[in-house]
This record gives sequence, structure tokens and C-alpha cells, in this order.
Amino acid sequence: MVAKPVFRTCGVTGLKIHDKAELLIKFNAVTAVVVLAVGGFFGLLVALTRWPSVHLLPADMFYLALTAHGIDILIVWCIFFEVALMYFASAVLLGSRLATPKMGWVAYGLMVLGAAITNWKVLEGNSSVMMTSYVPMQADPLFYVGLILFAVGALIACFIFLGTLVVAKAEKCYEGSIPLVTFGALVACIIAVYTIASGAIILIPTFLWSVGLISHIDPLMYKVVWWGMGHSSQQINVAAHIAVWYAIAAIVFGAKPLSEKVSRMAYLTYIFFLQIASAHHLLVEPGLSSSYKIFNTSYGMYLAVLGSMIHGLTVPGCIEAAQRKKGFNKGLFEWLRKAPWGNPAFSGMFLSLILFGFLGGISGVTMGVEQINIMIHNTIYVPGHFHGTVAVGTTLAFMALCFFLVPVLFRRELFLPGLAKLQPYLFGLGMGVFSLFMMGAGTLGVSRRHWDMAFSDAPHAFSYPPAAYLMMGIVGVSAVVAFVGGAIFVVVMVGTILFGKPMVTQPAAAAPSSPPPVASYGSADTFSVPGTFTLAMLFLTMFVLYYFVNWKYLASTWLLS
Amino acid sequence: MSIFPPKEKIWFNEPVEKAEVLWVGIALVWALIMFAMMPLWHLKGSQNMSNEAYRIQPDAYQAKVDAFVEKFKVGEEGKAKTPVVHPPAGSDVYLQARLWEWYPVLELEQGKSYRLHLSSLDWLHGFSLQPANINLEVHPGIDEVVTITPTTSGEFGIICNEYCGIGHHTMLGKIRVLAGK
Ligand code: HEM
Ligand SMILES: [Cu+2]
Ligand SMILES: [Cu+2]
Repeated sequence: MVAKPVFRTCGVTGLKIHDKAELLIKFNAVTAVVVLAVGGFFGLLVALTRWPSVHLLPADMFYLALTAHGIDILIVWCIFFEVALMYFASAVLLGSRLATPKMGWVAYGLMVLGAAITNWKVLEGNSSVMMTSYVPMQADPLFYVGLILFAVGALIACFIFLGTLVVAKAEKCYEGSIPLVTFGALVACIIAVYTIASGAIILIPTFLWSVGLISHIDPLMYKVVWWGMGHSSQQINVAAHIAVWYAIAAIVFGAKPLSEKVSRMAYLTYIFFLQIASAHHLLVEPGLSSSYKIFNTSYGMYLAVLGSMIHGLTVPGCIEAAQRKKGFNKGLFEWLRKAPWGNPAFSGMFLSLILFGFLGGISGVTMGVEQINIMIHNTIYVPGHFHGTVAVGTTLAFMALCFFLVPVLFRRELFLPGLAKLQPYLFGLGMGVFSLFMMGAGTLGVSRRHWDMAFSDAPHAFSYPPAAYLMMGIVGVSAVVAFVGGAIFVVVMVGTILFGKPMVTQPAAAAPSSPPPVASYGSADTFSVPGTFTLAMLFLTMFVLYYFVNWKYLASTWLLS
Repeated sequence: MSIFPPKEKIWFNEPVEKAEVLWVGIALVWALIMFAMMPLWHLKGSQNMSNEAYRIQPDAYQAKVDAFVEKFKVGEEGKAKTPVVHPPAGSDVYLQARLWEWYPVLELEQGKSYRLHLSSLDWLHGFSLQPANINLEVHPGIDEVVTITPTTSGEFGIICNEYCGIGHHTMLGKIRVLAGK
């Protein structure tokens, strides 16, 4: 290092911010938001096509838009934002300089280039292979090249994050252990490195095959390895958005985790067990044994599910404890009623937490049961489930963080704060209903990735029950609501950056500036989070009921062995 | 706060909250119950994935299908004049997936068991039997054998639910189940 790193002290949070880190965070986050806008627009087109009475796009454009939606929003948006998050959780939260900012730009460049190449090939129309690109269906070779470049960029970003942790430790930017949020980002990063390795193992040979250097790729082998990437990349999202939940709880309420140890152990279960669980995508595949499927799909006896259930208690629990310390002590839920529901950072985060658990979580574990998956595999239940995880969980959590982060980093006041207040409700509830009714239609057998549920051009006739059409109509309407919510987010963010009033004091949406830590520990020795515990028991009851209802439903279909 | 380092230098030495320990216990019990359900259903339940599958060349599979159709054909059906096949109860039944057709149409009897073979001649396809809602993945090069017993009668659609290119949504086959006595 020749030049000394330059820091500024944030007027809102009091955090020390390295200017080079800040610039990289801004670029990665803004790029993420732009891609979210593009990907969300494709999502709208797809949804309007699946709405039976609208049926917007012709078939080829539908499959093209669906491929673009999956890639842009699931891969590009999430990962760009996670890179920003990793830089934030390391350099900013630890008050350290970012290791090798130059490499940060290389990573950024590779990711932009890769995403652009893959998008170009998809939009050209000869690579409508869906984001899963299962062989032997073949895309343009550059389609794979784009994905590989993007992954290399992301890998570099992971190493910059790890490097920054080392720098921060060596330069004594903090004492003892890293903060919980950084710990969460570290877990996400470790999973990401594993993910990208799996991606390389499968995408590089697939690229060689697409240019004719390898003659054959076994479709089953492809799926097994591909899901080593596809599945664990979702765990990056989960680990990252849980870190965001803790961060927002800390920023808005000054909340301390109920206990550092339990939260961190829960994170560790992700590293140990979430990784392996790629088989829940392969449960109805021929040629894989049931014992492998059972151990794998249960994430090693559901120990990683246990991790998520723990976070599901500790995140609202730390908020409850903080609120009770502030005197919101009446009854079970005063702490929740009196929470700042008009602050989009909080409302987005809390909706994300609830909807992720109740919609994405319960459906995911249930459909991941080896036998129950027979009724669900590749029906539209599956997109119903993952919009309950990655859209209403991860994306909404990231949006919530942006309402805090963008004003702070750009030192501007939030643009259109009134609309911003509505945003989490429109997006969260719109997406929630959307997920729920996709799951409903899936239970009636409606297929995912399918242009024509009426089968007009098929050699035989088949019709779904009218309820399936009704549900797909509701899916269409709620998709429009969610899209409006998403659009408001983009407008508010871009507006804040371009037209926001320079901030003199505090950003409108941001929380009380660095409140004193509420207490030494989340709650003293008493059993003091009864509200959260009640919520958790409600969750468990729903979970158990839904789980066994599905077994009952399975028992009513044809016999199979 | 979660965005600052914990008080103890080593986070593992931090104290633990009672409510959490209780919840971890409850959740762990639930996790183990869920885990037990899958092997249990293999023992006691009647809807399980088959573990029987063989490697096979697509043309070899096609030859088996053709012989099967030849032997048990009883008619033709649909816009593509797909053969209708009525195999004897308990026998080996072949279904072939290719871009973009399910071949042939099967006529089965309610309450009887069949060894249903599934394979693809080209890409991945998805066998989605509706409204029974049974969904299985069909691979090229793998002959998967599932023993099925229809418990309901009537006309069933076989929808392809693994995306297989531009004709994917036209790939619809049929199984007819004749009511048992
Ligand atoms: C306005 C918001 C959104 C709308 C209207 C929307 C709509 C849809 C629809 C209708 C499908 C297709 C279902 C099918 O036919 O298979 C779909 C697929 C998908 N969506 Fe979204 N979505 C939105 C936001 C998101 C977000 C935020 C994410 C993730 C971060 C996401 C990830 C995906 C993925 C991964 C697929 C699967 C693509 C595939 O099958 O290859 N979506 N979306
Ligand atoms: Cu097909
Ligand atoms: Cu298909």
C-alpha cells in the first residue's frame, strides 16, 4: 500500500467508512438494482403469459423471457447485492480498509461482462434453455462462457471479503470475534466458494461439449453436479438475508442477539449440512438410491432446517427483547404493535422474516420429503415455493436494507418517502399471495415452465379443473401488484441517488443513530420473549399440520413402488 | 448489537438464553420425527419411488416399445393417431418420451399392478400424470421401472413437465384406466 487508505466517519451511524470500499459497494448495489428492474420486468411478462385470460407472449418469447428472468434475477441480482453486502459486512462493519480494491474492480468488471454476454445470447433467442440449462439441450457456447466469467468475478469478490477479514484482524480494527452480521456474511462466503467450485466443475465441461470438444455429458451426472451449485447458491441467499435481518434489527432497534452463541451455532449448521442437500431437486430422478436421497434431502437429518428454525426464533426474539427494554411491555405483542411499521427498513425486514418462514420454509421442507415430492416435482408449486424464499425472503430483505443503506452511503434523503412506506407491503403481500396461489395451482397439477395450460395444440385433450384456472388468474393479478411494489423500490432507489436532497442530519427512513446497546444481553435470566415464543409455536403448529396433510394427500393417489 | 463484536472475546463463551434452548429442543424433536417419516413410509406406505433402473441405449429402448405396441395394440387415438395399447395386468408396460410426444396411449385396469417402464429417446422429459398428480423425471439412456397400481379410473393426461424446447407445451399423452369390477 503506497497511499494511505482514506476514511470518512458516517454521520448517521458513526461507522468508519473506507472510501474505496464505499465506491465498490455503491457500484455493486446499484448494478444489482438495475438488474432487478430488468429481471422483474421479465417476470411480469412471464406472469402475464401464465395468466390464462391474458396469455401475453407467444411461446418462443415466453421461454426466452423465463430464461432471462431466472438468470437475471436469481443469479445476477442476488449475487451483485451479496457482493455489496460482503464488502459492507467486512470493511464497513469492522471499520477496516478493503483488501485490494483494484481486484474489486476486476471482479466487478468480470461479473458485468459475464452477465451481459449471457443476456445477449438469451435475448438473441437461441439459448432459451432455462437457467438450469439441463443437457442434452444445448445453448450457444457463449451462454456458458458468460456464466463462467460471472462466477469467476464472484469468486474474486469472495476472496476480497476473506482478505479484508484478515486485514481487519491484522490491523486491529476490532477486538475479539467478528460481529454476528459479519459472521453471517462469512458463512455465505464459504458456501459461495463451494458453490462456484461445483459450478465450474459442471459448466466448464458443458461449455467444451457445446463447442464439440467433449462428445457426451451424462444428463443425470449433469443434474447431480449442477444442483451442487444451484442448491448451495440458494444457501448463500439464505445466509445473507438472515445476516440482513440481524443487521436491520440492530440498526432499527439497537437489538443484541439473544445470545451470540446460539445464533452462530445455527449458522454453523448451514456450513455443515446445507451444502449436501442438493438431492431435493433430484428426488424423482431414476438411478439414484432412496437412502442417498433421504439422507441428503433431509440436510443430514434436518439439522440445517433446525438452524433456520433457530434463526426464526432468535431474530424476532432479539427485537422483542430490545422493545421490551424500551418499555413496550404490555401483553404478548405490544412490542410488535408498536414497532415502526412505517419504516420500510423494518416493515420489509419483518415481512420477509414472516413470509419466508410461513410460505417458503414450510413448503420447502414439505416438498423436500422424498415421497411427497412425487406430487410436487416440476409443478408450479415449485416456483410458488421459491418465490416464497428468494423473492419474498431474500429480495425483500435486501430491499429493506437498501432503504437504510442507500441514503447512508449516498448521503441523500430518501426520494418519495411516502411511496417507500408502501413498498414492502405491496411487494411483500403481492408476492405472498402470488406464491400461495402458485402452490395451490401446483397441487392441482399445473406444470411449471409451461406455455399453454389448455393444451390447444396437443394430440390429445386434457383439461385442468376450473379452480386451477381461477388460481392462475389470481397469480397473474398478484404478480402485477408485486411488480408495482418492485417498481416503486427501483424508482425510490434511483430517485434517491439522482434527486435525493443532500442529507444534513439523518435520512428519513433510517433509525435512531447509534443508540446505546440495549443491555448487556438480549434478555436477562428471565423467560422474556413470550411473544416470539408464541409466534414460534404458532409456526410449528402450522408446519406440523401442513406436513401431515400432505402425507394424507399422498396416501390418496395411485400406488407406486 | 449484531453489527458490533460480541462482548466475550471468544463467542463460544457467550451465555445462552433459556427460551432458545427450549426452542432448540422442540425443533430438534420435530426434525427427528420428520427424518423418521421417510424410511417409515418406505416400510409402511404405498407411494414410494422405485429404485429399479437400468442403463439402456435409446434405440434399444425404442425397439422394446415397438415390440410392445405391436403385441398389444387395440386401436388408435388422437390427432396423431397414436396407437392404443391394452397390456395384460401384471405385465411390463412401456412408455416412450421423445420430442414432443408420449407413445403409446395405455389402457390399464383399475386395481391391477403394472411394471411401467419410462425412458426418453432424446432430451429430459417430465412424466406428470394428472389429475392423479404423480410426477417423475424421464431420462434418455435410463430405463426406469415403476410398479404402479391405478386406484382411480377414467382418462388421465400425461403432461410433460420438464421443459424440452419449443414444443414442450404440446407434449401430452394419455392413460385410460378401465373401472374394476
Ligand atoms: C415482480 C416480481 C416477480 C414476478 C411477477 C415473477 C414471476 C414469475 C413467474 C410467473 C415465473 C414462472 C413460473 C413458471 O412458469 O415456471 C417465475 C419464475 C422464476 N422466478 Fe420470478 N417473479 C418475480 C420476482 C422474482 C424474484 C425477486 C426472484 C428471485 C430473486 C425470482 C426468481 C424466479 C426464478 C428462479 C424462476 C424460475 C425460472 C425457471 O423456471 O427457470 N422471481 N417468476
Ligand atoms: Cu417433453
Ligand atoms: Cu417438456
